[in-house]
Amino acid sequence: MSESHAHAGEHGHAQPLSFWWKYVFSVDHKVIGIQYMITSFLFLLLGFAMMLLMRYQLATPQPGENFDPEHLGMVRGLIAWLFGEERMPYGFMAPEFYNQLGAMHGTIMIFLGVVPLGVAAFGNFVLPLQIGAEDMAFPRLNMASYWVYFVGGVVMLSSFLAPGGAAQSGWTSYAPLSVTAPPGQTIWLIAMVLIITSSLFGAINFIVTTLNLRAKGMSLGRMPVFCWAQFVTAVLLLLAFPVLEAGAILQLLDRVAGTSFFIPKDMIYGATVFPRAGGGNPLLWQHLFWFLAHPEVYVLLLPAFGIVSEIIATNTRKPLFGYKELVGSIVFIGVLSFVVWAHHMFLSGMRTSLANLFVTTTLIISVPSVAVLTCLLLSLRGARIRFTVPMLFALAFLPMFGIGGLTGLPLGFAPTDLHLHDTFYVIGHFHYVVAPGSLVALIGATYHWFPKMFGRKMNDTLGKIHFWGTVIPMNLIFFPMLIQGMWGMQRRLADPTLQWHNLPVQGWSTVILVGSVVMMAFQIPFLFNFFWSIWNGEKVGENPWEATTLEWACPSPPPHGNFAAPPEVHRGPYEYSVPGHQVDYWPQDEAA
Amino acid sequence: MDYGYGWGLPPAASSYAAQIDSLMWLLHVVMVGIFIIWGVYFSYCLVAYRATNGHRASYHTAGERSSLIPDGLILAFEMWLILAFGIPIWAQIKQRTPPADQALEVNVMGQQFAWNFQYAGPDKAFGRRKVSLVTAANAIGLDDTDPAAKDDIVTINNLHVQVGKPVILHMTSKDVIHSFQVTNFRNKQDLVPGLQTMLWFTPTEVGKYEIGCAQLCGIGHTQMIGNVFVDTPEAYDAWAKEQLQGRVATSAGGSVTPAQAVETSDARGIAGTAPKS
Amino acid sequence: MSSQAHTATVATSTGIPHAKLGMWTFLASEVMLFGGLISSYVILRSGSPTMVIPPRTMMGVPLATLNTFVLISSSVTMVLALAAMKANELDKYMRYLAMTFGGGVIFLMIKAYEYNHKWHEGITISSNLFGSFYFTLTGLHALHVIGGMGIMAYLMWAGAKGHQSPTNYDRVEAGGLYWHFVDLVWVILFPILYLV
Repeated sequence: MSESHAHAGEHGHAQPLSFWWKYVFSVDHKVIGIQYMITSFLFLLLGFAMMLLMRYQLATPQPGENFDPEHLGMVRGLIAWLFGEERMPYGFMAPEFYNQLGAMHGTIMIFLGVVPLGVAAFGNFVLPLQIGAEDMAFPRLNMASYWVYFVGGVVMLSSFLAPGGAAQSGWTSYAPLSVTAPPGQTIWLIAMVLIITSSLFGAINFIVTTLNLRAKGMSLGRMPVFCWAQFVTAVLLLLAFPVLEAGAILQLLDRVAGTSFFIPKDMIYGATVFPRAGGGNPLLWQHLFWFLAHPEVYVLLLPAFGIVSEIIATNTRKPLFGYKELVGSIVFIGVLSFVVWAHHMFLSGMRTSLANLFVTTTLIISVPSVAVLTCLLLSLRGARIRFTVPMLFALAFLPMFGIGGLTGLPLGFAPTDLHLHDTFYVIGHFHYVVAPGSLVALIGATYHWFPKMFGRKMNDTLGKIHFWGTVIPMNLIFFPMLIQGMWGMQRRLADPTLQWHNLPVQGWSTVILVGSVVMMAFQIPFLFNFFWSIWNGEKVGENPWEATTLEWACPSPPPHGNFAAPPEVHRGPYEYSVPGHQVDYWPQDEAA
Repeated sequence: MDYGYGWGLPPAASSYAAQIDSLMWLLHVVMVGIFIIWGVYFSYCLVAYRATNGHRASYHTAGERSSLIPDGLILAFEMWLILAFGIPIWAQIKQRTPPADQALEVNVMGQQFAWNFQYAGPDKAFGRRKVSLVTAANAIGLDDTDPAAKDDIVTINNLHVQVGKPVILHMTSKDVIHSFQVTNFRNKQDLVPGLQTMLWFTPTEVGKYEIGCAQLCGIGHTQMIGNVFVDTPEAYDAWAKEQLQGRVATSAGGSVTPAQAVETSDARGIAGTAPKS
Repeated sequence: MSSQAHTATVATSTGIPHAKLGMWTFLASEVMLFGGLISSYVILRSGSPTMVIPPRTMMGVPLATLNTFVLISSSVTMVLALAAMKANELDKYMRYLAMTFGGGVIFLMIKAYEYNHKWHEGITISSNLFGSFYFTLTGLHALHVIGGMGIMAYLMWAGAKGHQSPTNYDRVEAGGLYWHFVDLVWVILFPILYLV
């Protein structure tokens, strides 16, 4: 990390910090943001690796005619050797291992990967800079937030070593299955409590910072869309996560203290009646879980909206279309996200009349999402589009998220959900929004803010290779899932070919595997580019993208304290190509 | 391995499948239409507004209200969907059932990892089930002391029904949450321990259809497979008679045994392990 | 970096000190945490056939009523402590803080006695749904009381060391807010667990 020792403003430290206080237990939001970024990249890679294993199993779940257990072949042999007889006998996946990978892939990608990257990494690094602050409101809380996340992640991964393996009841951990599951589930719950705690620390920090530390002249109406998105996201995390925490406490007690919050009377466990008082309701877990997990998907999405807004504004050289509509839609999505949760439960056994209420709220929430997409699309009109690497990713987000959002329609609409619920259509839908959607935006964010973080640019050629090698394979991976789901192939099947109704669409799993492997291969140029450019990338100054927002009004990388003097804001965040202004951008803090 | 690259919807075999399929196609036509319209505009913008020498972006885009039009259109479309189709179809399929006297009612009890089907028999009364009586041989805990249970048929994994006659399933689970899914009927429903849920269908095509479990229920989730045999009335009656004879014979002997063993078309098991017998 | 000294006069865009805004934000999340648990209790209590409510006599209502009074009094002393700090009366401030802390101690002692009594009566966390909710809800609340006592202890330590003055009372106010919240949660738990 090439952070300079120069002290900004009148606030400085009496003596230089030791390595530990500067890089490991730093309270500087920029260092913490980079810590989060690199850690979440690691978790994303881990989650990806788990997915590759699963896709390999799904493509070839049965031995072919020429199968010879003595000669397994290179790939299968390697896998069998790596994972052992219990997990992958002869290189074919045991169902319990498949279920573990499934549950952990989801958990890791969401809670340890995408959210920390979108919220904690970029939010931490960029938000204080964009509002003109020296740091977050609570820097030590910020540091604690990272380390609790880190420990939570380690605990989560350690569950693979528990007897019986890691959590294996889906990332959704439905009771009673999760209550009777092996010890890995208890570890999952404990890790979730740690991760939730970390998120709550972060949410408090983001909210207080956004409200309290804006520079002079930075009214809420002059805040970049990115900041609004992070603010609403923080409110979602603040209010939704505690409900899952409540549920996790109850499930933990069910597992270790003999309670029956989710255990009905006379439940059979194995061969006998489960020795509990009973009287609980399995659906209660689902309500508590989805009360968080639905807003959680907007936590995955809103930072991406914010990121794409920034990159598009910078690279179209004109103001974003409909700033008020964009911000209003983001806020509206945040509010509505709390009243749609039971669209995950249409077929759960909850009172059927509730379905109509949740269909209505769900279809209504699609409207502000359409609004955001429309505004971003219309931002291209009359633009002067620069196809920089971040812009490629931001542009790709639009149609990819479009597919994701559109496929939500038959799922949110109960009569068609009758057929599609718990099939691969759902998996295709949510991956389109999260992978070609959010993750693509987050990769764009990496290229966009890397110069500010490290004072150097990432290589453009490698970036373009990375772009095409990511976006095209993503479609090879997730589009066939929509096809398989439409045919009725269920989720979470360790071997779908055991059910003959799945055979007509089984071939697509091969396509998906090929797409996955190719996509993984094309992440290599990205990882190389990222680390190589930290030391060898083309050096840049304060504002390589010629952007207007405040993060570009300080050195790259910014010193401790960020700005030489507290900035003063004189105009809105997207004053590009202002008529009469000679240069095609007018930074927020530049004097009138 | 005959793995296909099929697409679309599987063959429809229930009375309401056509409605659901029409809705499915309607939605997807609209979705694809929206995507194409947006996509064309998007591609146009990328080409028309790319940065070239001397070209400056325009600060204003006329009609900041114009973006509300797609929002309004989509909202209107969705409200129409809900009112015209969503509410009535949901009521028909999930909230109401066909009249019980015209239907075949079957109790379904899911367990890890099998489907237990209990038929009421000619007396149309279901025998009482008690959890204390559950054994490997008596999977649903059928109480033999209940006179209504004397003619009850219990099958494992095989559901026989009559073509054209409504079937009402009253479902629950012994242990964890399962979900009864037959893709050809376009319906599914979770089986929840401690609750009773309902699923009804009227089969329209004679044939054999696969029941899959659509809610992760443990390590045997992928093997939790059943069959729906949609029989002609004659074939169904013959089957029912045969089951009843077997039932009466065994109940006279005092123990309750399931009338039919597992009938799966594929003997393959999970790769690397012994095939499921 | 002005992260250490939380003065009441640090300029913030809203005019609300960081500590106070932060505490309100934190309390919003606590409302959702207890709200989730309390809603679960209400739903299962009204819906579950096996939720057997112990009779009033077994619940020990008079003692719990006293406990409620103790906690409410400690909130009053907290208010008085803040007022004393604002008026720069350090002795009074320390005394009222100690009384607040003491209120917490008494509350926990009575709670411990109650728990013991219930265990003897056969009401445990796993005996039935009511017991499960009773111990979970009051247990989580008690943990929050302990947390609050930790805050009081810190404030008393800071006061003794001379680090507390009217220029940085906002953290006292924040601590007070937290304590009032813990009191409020009990005021809700008491009737729904003991009286209904």
